[in-house]
Amino acid sequence: MKKKVFVAAVMFGVPLAGVASTPAAWPAPSLRETGLYADWDTKTVDAAKIRFSPQYPLWTDGAVKTRWMELPPGTFIDAANPDAWQFPVGTRFWKEFTFSRRAETRLIEHTAEGWNYATYAWNDEETEALLAPERGIARSVVIRGTVRHGIPSRSDCRSCHEGSPQRILGFSTLQLSADRDPNAPHAEPLPEGGVTLRTLVERGLVRGLPAHLADGAPRIAATTATTRAALGYLHGNCSYCHTRTGELASLKFSLQYPFTEPFDDPPALETTIGHISKYVPSMWDAPGERVRPSDPDRSVLAFRMGSRNPVSQMPPLGSRLVDEEAVALIRKWIAEETGSPVRQPGEGKR
Amino acid sequence: MSLKVSGVWWKRVAMLSCAFALASFSVMARDAPPAPAQMSKAEMVKRGDYLVNAMGCTDCHTPHKMGPNGPEPDTDLFLSGHQAAVKLPPPPAPSGPWIGSTAAMLTAFAGPWGISYTQNLTPDPETGVAGSYTEEQFVMTIREGKKQGRGRAILPPMPWPVFRNLTDEDLKSIFAYLQTIKPIKNRVPDPVIAEMK
Repeated sequence: MKKKVFVAAVMFGVPLAGVASTPAAWPAPSLRETGLYADWDTKTVDAAKIRFSPQYPLWTDGAVKTRWMELPPGTFIDAANPDAWQFPVGTRFWKEFTFSRRAETRLIEHTAEGWNYATYAWNDEETEALLAPERGIARSVVIRGTVRHGIPSRSDCRSCHEGSPQRILGFSTLQLSADRDPNAPHAEPLPEGGVTLRTLVERGLVRGLPAHLADGAPRIAATTATTRAALGYLHGNCSYCHTRTGELASLKFSLQYPFTEPFDDPPALETTIGHISKYVPSMWDAPGERVRPSDPDRSVLAFRMGSRNPVSQMPPLGSRLVDEEAVALIRKWIAEETGSPVRQPGEGKR
Repeated sequence: MSLKVSGVWWKRVAMLSCAFALASFSVMARDAPPAPAQMSKAEMVKRGDYLVNAMGCTDCHTPHKMGPNGPEPDTDLFLSGHQAAVKLPPPPAPSGPWIGSTAAMLTAFAGPWGISYTQNLTPDPETGVAGSYTEEQFVMTIREGKKQGRGRAILPPMPWPVFRNLTDEDLKSIFAYLQTIKPIKNRVPDPVIAEMK
C-alpha cells in the first residue's frame, strides 16, 4: 500500500560536583564541536562516552539508532525515584539516526535552568553535521519511496521530553534492565561496551535505587511473552506523555510501567479497559474504549497506533510510517490477553 | 478525504508560514510587559472576557448567521465552533492567487493546508476545550501550537504564533473566562490535512 506522508502547514538532591565543560554557546553550530567524537575524520567516538541501548526502543520509522551519554566527572544519577531519575547538571545525551545514510544526531543537555535540545543534520557525504533550524526540517532523508524523515523542531523535542518527569525516554530503570526482553519489537542486541542498569550501579553511576531493584534486572511482571512485550512497547513508545504524573495526567490514561509502588493491574490495563476514549475515529458510529477486551478492531489504542493520518495517529510526532510489527503485537495482546475470562484481578501483580 | 497539493503550493505555504512565524518571533523578542499584580479569580475572568472579545476569538469560533446587516455571530452558539450537524461539500478549487476559501458560517476554512474547522471553546466536558483541557494544557496549546500542548499541530488560520506572545496571566485569564460561558455540546469534525506530494 502506498504510504502517505502528511504534514501540517504551519509548524511545527543530586550532586553537582565536577560539572562538565559545556560549549561556550548553546547550541554549538556543528556536531563536531559537541565533543562526541575524539576524531571527527574517522568518526571515532570519545572513549569516555557511555554507549547504551534501551530494551524497548522508540519507533522512528525503522531508523537505526546509536546512543551515547556522558556524566560530568564525579557525578551520578539519583535513582531514588525509579520512575523519574534525577540527572546532574552537565549530563549530555547524543542519538544518531540512520536510514539510507546518517540523517541527524540529536543532543540533549541538562543545565541548571533545565534541559536544552538541539539536532544536527548530516550532509549527503556524511562529512559534516550542522545545527538544524529551530523549526526543524520537514523533509530530510528518504525513508522509503516518497516518504522522508522529518527532523524535529525544538518544540517537538520539548513535546516528547518534557511530558513526564522522566526526561530521557530510553535511559531508565526498565529500559536499561540487565534482563532484556527478547520479544520486544525491534529489539536491539546490547552494543559492545553498552551499559545496563546493573553495570551502572556497579560503577556507582546510578545510586539510590530502591532495594527491590538493586539487582539491576527489573522485569515486567507478565505470565506470557506477549503481554510482557506489549506492556514494554507501550512503556517505551507512549509513556513519555501518557503517565499519571505528567502534564497530561488529567487524561487518567497511563501506559507507563511504574516501579514506585506495587499495583494489582498495570496502568496499561487499569486506565484503558472500560475507559471511553475522548477521541472518536471519524468512521466510527460511536465512541469506543481505549482498549476493548478481546476486540482490537474496536480498541481506539490499536486504531490510532495503526494510523498515520496526522489527525488520528499515535504518537502524534516523530513517525510517518506505521510500526506494523508493533501493531500486530498490540492487536494480538488485545485479542488474546485482555479479556480472558480466566484472567483474575491481580494477575499482573508485582 | 484528503487534498493533494503540488510542490508549488507547498512552497507558497512554506513561504507564508515562514513569514508569519518570523513576524511572530520578532514580536516575541520584545520585552514582555510587567506581570500584573496577582489577580483574583473574578478579575481573571473579567480580563479574559476583555481579551477574548478584543482579540476576535468569536470571529471564527462562533458560527455566523445572516442578519439584516450581513453575517453576524449567532450568540446562541457563542464560541462553540463549527457545528457538527453542518456537513459541507468539498471546497472550491484554488484559482490563481486565490488560495483559500471559507464557508458562510465562518467556522470552516480551506487552503493549501487542507480543511480546518474551528474548535468548540466552551466548557462542555466532553467536546469543549474549556471543559476538557486543564489550564496548563490550554496555555501549552497556545505556546506550542499543538493540541493539548503536545499533540498534532494546530492548523491555519488559528493565529497561535501571535497569541503565543501573550503572558501566562493573560492566557490563564482567557481560560478562566471560557470556563464561565455557556457549555455547548458540539463535537467538531476532524480536519482534513493535505497530503504533501
